[in-house]
Amino acid sequence: MVAAVSLQHVDIVFRLAGGGEYRAVSEASLDVADGEFVAIVGPTGCGKSTLLNAAAGLLAPATGDVRIFGERLAALNRQAGYLFQADALFPWKTALENVAIGLEIAGTAQTEARSRARDWLGRVGLANFGDRYPHMLSGGQRKRVGLAQVLIRDPKILLMDEPFGPLDAQTRQIMGNQLLDLWSADRKAVLFVTHDLEEAIALSDRVVIMSAGPAAHIIGDWRIPLVRPRDIAEIKLDPAFHDIHREIWDKLKTEVMKGYVRTGGGAGGDV
Amino acid sequence: MSRVSLTALQVLVGVVALLLWHLLSTYPVFGVMLLPPFFFSNPVDVAQRIVKWFVEGTIWKHLWVTLTESALAFVIGSVGGVLVGFWFARKPVVAAVFDPYVKMANALPRVVLAPIFTLWLGLGIWSKVALGVTLVFFIVFFNVYQGVKEVSQTVLANARMLGMSERQLMRHVYWPSALSWMFSSLHTSVGFAVVGAVVGEYLGAAAGLGYLIQQAEGTFDVAGVFAGMFVLAAFVIVIDAVVTLAETRLLVWRPTAAENRG
Repeated sequence: MVAAVSLQHVDIVFRLAGGGEYRAVSEASLDVADGEFVAIVGPTGCGKSTLLNAAAGLLAPATGDVRIFGERLAALNRQAGYLFQADALFPWKTALENVAIGLEIAGTAQTEARSRARDWLGRVGLANFGDRYPHMLSGGQRKRVGLAQVLIRDPKILLMDEPFGPLDAQTRQIMGNQLLDLWSADRKAVLFVTHDLEEAIALSDRVVIMSAGPAAHIIGDWRIPLVRPRDIAEIKLDPAFHDIHREIWDKLKTEVMKGYVRTGGGAGGDV
Repeated sequence: MSRVSLTALQVLVGVVALLLWHLLSTYPVFGVMLLPPFFFSNPVDVAQRIVKWFVEGTIWKHLWVTLTESALAFVIGSVGGVLVGFWFARKPVVAAVFDPYVKMANALPRVVLAPIFTLWLGLGIWSKVALGVTLVFFIVFFNVYQGVKEVSQTVLANARMLGMSERQLMRHVYWPSALSWMFSSLHTSVGFAVVGAVVGEYLGAAAGLGYLIQQAEGTFDVAGVFAGMFVLAAFVIVIDAVVTLAETRLLVWRPTAAENRG
């Protein structure tokens, strides 16, 4: 079967303002099968998001290929929905308008788009929040609106860039379970970037580890054989979870230390 | 502080000021008139003058002229500012070419243009409108330019990923962002439209509040000058209230300052 997302020997290079270049990602190859949930984990600043942007078509790789269902990606990835780390909702639109916009711009009649948006807001538990503007919603609620905004378009691929990063631990857990529920309804291919190894293992079918940058590359690929459906809170108590976690962490630890030393121990921006 | 006591204190400040003005311009202190009526008039005369203007109805014509000039200056300046702001923001090369000229034009004190506008457009309303436009245009232009340039890159990327075309980006992202910047400067731009109109009238006109004040001044009619100033102040306050009303309606999606702090 052809992979939903296939990165083949991808190098990503940024031109620096003062001349010269910065090789963010080097020789990254990764296949995500249709319906598969893959998490990319790596130390801060390792270029995980960069790789995701390449899969979205927001960035063009310097060398190598990005293939989406076998076809070479030359522009934006129209088959993918992208959930951003930062707030990406339109602040001047209500929650309902934000969710409906993806359909409206594709030509769906406004009444139809709005009624389906209402349905989606219900599915993410925000049925009564349709007329709120983003600033009136909590961080977790905004993420759920964002999720509905992406999913309403029914993309075949879901790209997620530390979507729950700014949320508190409890909300993250609730959001994780909600994501798994929505995902299990019609399994899309998911590429999920996070720096939280526990979150990655709890959610995914596969966990991919990236080395510290620059020239970050993929250094490990683990299958997560935990049964589904999963509950994020409970699965973390499973002994199998601990075994996998220990195994992956051994590898990740050295990379985290490298990244830590390189950035002088400061919190580097996760580009 | 409760609303009632706040209002009471606000009124008190006004009353005390008027009282001081009245006493010092009516009764000498140790043989010296601190506010000689020739230069300062007194509140009673000024109030009588204002009442007379309204009773005789002569003031309406002047108010109407100033309002028309301000409104036209605001509308024309805003439309021009929005169009050029958008154009420059979307075409960086154009912006770069015109940059020194824009800076030059904006640095010029606009009052010096008034005589030229009078020369070109006559003593009627259009020379005042032109002066107001030169003031309003730059405020709106800079805000719209900034608004289009400073659209959040994440929101933009999200819009693209949701499948927006260039035209849809304009409509759903750039336009609302630019408008919100423009609305946030509404008080300033409306204020400057009035300034343009009044200053223009003051420098040469046949009607308007600025003309009224200038006429009174020309005949050392200090009561008339003060009366004109008070009417002008009231006029500006009413316009500002209307702007505030429009703003709260147009920017409902914006967090208020209080929410930001909380």
